[in-house]
Amino acid sequence: MTIVSTIRHNRIISVVLLTLLATAVPLAAGAQGTTVPASTTWTSLKGDVFGQKAVEPANGIITIEAPKRAEDAALVPIDLHFKTDATSGRIKTVTLIVDENPSPVAAVFKFGKDAGVTHLATRLRVNAYSYVRAIAETEDGKLHMTETFVKASGGCSAPALKNQDEAVASLGKMKLRVFPSSAPGSEPMTRATEMQLMIRHPNNSGLQMDQITRYYIPAHFIQGLTVSQGDRLIMSMEGGISISEDPNFRFEFDAKPGEDVKVEAADTEGKKFQNEWPLQSSSL
Amino acid sequence: MIHPTRRSVLKTGAFFTCCCLGQFSLARAQSAGRVALPVTEFEDGVFAFSGIPEMMSANNRGEICNVGFIVGEEAVAVVDSGGSVAEGRALIASIRAVSDKPIRYLINTHMHPDHIFGNAAFEDTGATVVGHQSLPRALASRGDYYLRSFRESLGASLMADVKIIPPTKLIAGEETLDLGKRQLTLKAWKPAHTDNDLTVFDQQSQALFTGDLCFIDHLPTMDGSLRGWMEQLETLKTINAKLAVPGHGPVPSKWPEALEVERRYFETLARDIRKSIADGVPMAEAVKTAAQSERPNWRLFDEYNERNATAAFAELEWE
Ligand SMILES: [Zn+2]
Repeated sequence: MTIVSTIRHNRIISVVLLTLLATAVPLAAGAQGTTVPASTTWTSLKGDVFGQKAVEPANGIITIEAPKRAEDAALVPIDLHFKTDATSGRIKTVTLIVDENPSPVAAVFKFGKDAGVTHLATRLRVNAYSYVRAIAETEDGKLHMTETFVKASGGCSAPALKNQDEAVASLGKMKLRVFPSSAPGSEPMTRATEMQLMIRHPNNSGLQMDQITRYYIPAHFIQGLTVSQGDRLIMSMEGGISISEDPNFRFEFDAKPGEDVKVEAADTEGKKFQNEWPLQSSSL
Repeated sequence: MIHPTRRSVLKTGAFFTCCCLGQFSLARAQSAGRVALPVTEFEDGVFAFSGIPEMMSANNRGEICNVGFIVGEEAVAVVDSGGSVAEGRALIASIRAVSDKPIRYLINTHMHPDHIFGNAAFEDTGATVVGHQSLPRALASRGDYYLRSFRESLGASLMADVKIIPPTKLIAGEETLDLGKRQLTLKAWKPAHTDNDLTVFDQQSQALFTGDLCFIDHLPTMDGSLRGWMEQLETLKTINAKLAVPGHGPVPSKWPEALEVERRYFETLARDIRKSIADGVPMAEAVKTAAQSERPNWRLFDEYNERNATAAFAELEWE
């Protein structure tokens, strides 16, 4: 699996890791303020992630939904909808950023050419009152950004694991759910299928200090993920520590009945997980 | 729930009943210069303080959960140290008001700050800290977060002395502690409220300290496994106790009736969440409606229900 394939992507990983190493401690400790921060974080972040490229307002090409106040900062549901037109072309990648997190780039999603992904939902850790933003890159090379503000705190440094033995025992276990078509009566050939992919993984942030040894518990998270059907790439993800424990992705795409759905994932310890599910026409 | 059946003696001077907030604030008002925590001796040698059903704050000194102690012929065992070192010290003062026997054990029923932040007060007592075998691990991964995140709500001065002190005597399965002609049965549970829940049963009085496996009044909080908690209610119920000190709620409460209110809440929550999962309702939507019918029955419902529902959803969607 080659998830990290382009120079730009390598650069993002560096940003993720460097920021993590350089600022993890002070940010985790000090980022519990209660005021809405200015977008200064984004201003300095933008260049690191996208260089000199212009980032335009999304104008509906991509929309983001998140709770205004997170009940559980380690499990903040984020909903993305895509609506492209002929001028911009389809969305090639989406970068999900949590400005105030120690490692701001939560994930970079890449979509297959004919995958037809129109909706993607996942769950994030949010460490402080923060903007959560999604930047879509369309085929014409333009960047389109939408953002929302989430009040949450401690999502990265809070150990989310509620049942540690279970977490270890079920590492890498996957579950795929297929939902009935959301558009009843749609043409069989263009019918979108909604799926939910769940992976058991602690997705440790590495920001939790062992109170006895005073060492940080090492980060251990899902780094790369690909979902494909037959030979077709549906989507791939480069992930960071801001994706919640037990990574969870719900998405809508153009499914081809009868072809297997295949998922491959790799974590920071080099462990690889994979699974395949037959997709019967009847389940579409 | 019910009132003390035999005696309700307040060892610290003022009279006190457990179910009235007004009296709590009175006790609090008098407590400015006070040393001892107002405890009730509801059975011979079994004492408990009834926590205030609020969030931990500087104002309530973190005294939100029930804590207590049991006096044997030779020694004393303390069950939970409270939500601040100040509370821990006040608890020691309550013990010293009724007994000069050594404090042999400080039992922590689980990892939560309202139950363990007072541990440092017992450092000089020579007490052995006792906990579930998984408690040290839980404190290793959460302790630092607890210390940082409670600074805001409890304030710097209350937090100054707080230390994370893990147990050195670990309980796996069941074990008996002896206080001199008085035996306590400690039982370590599988993941329920947390993955390190411990109960303390006094064989002589048949009083049970449930830790946070039992909540009354104060909405239960989910930090372990909803399924594990529901399943183990069956075993918990069979403990042959007369009276219980719940982790939160009236002291003492009738056993096993004390478990009924939370059972109903868990069943409602699990039923609502399971239905949402089956219907394909996304988490963000499902948690808004789950268990809303239980709202009138609890304090702190709005503070914790959606969070519980989120945890329940994340757990039950793997079924
Ligand atoms: Zn608790």
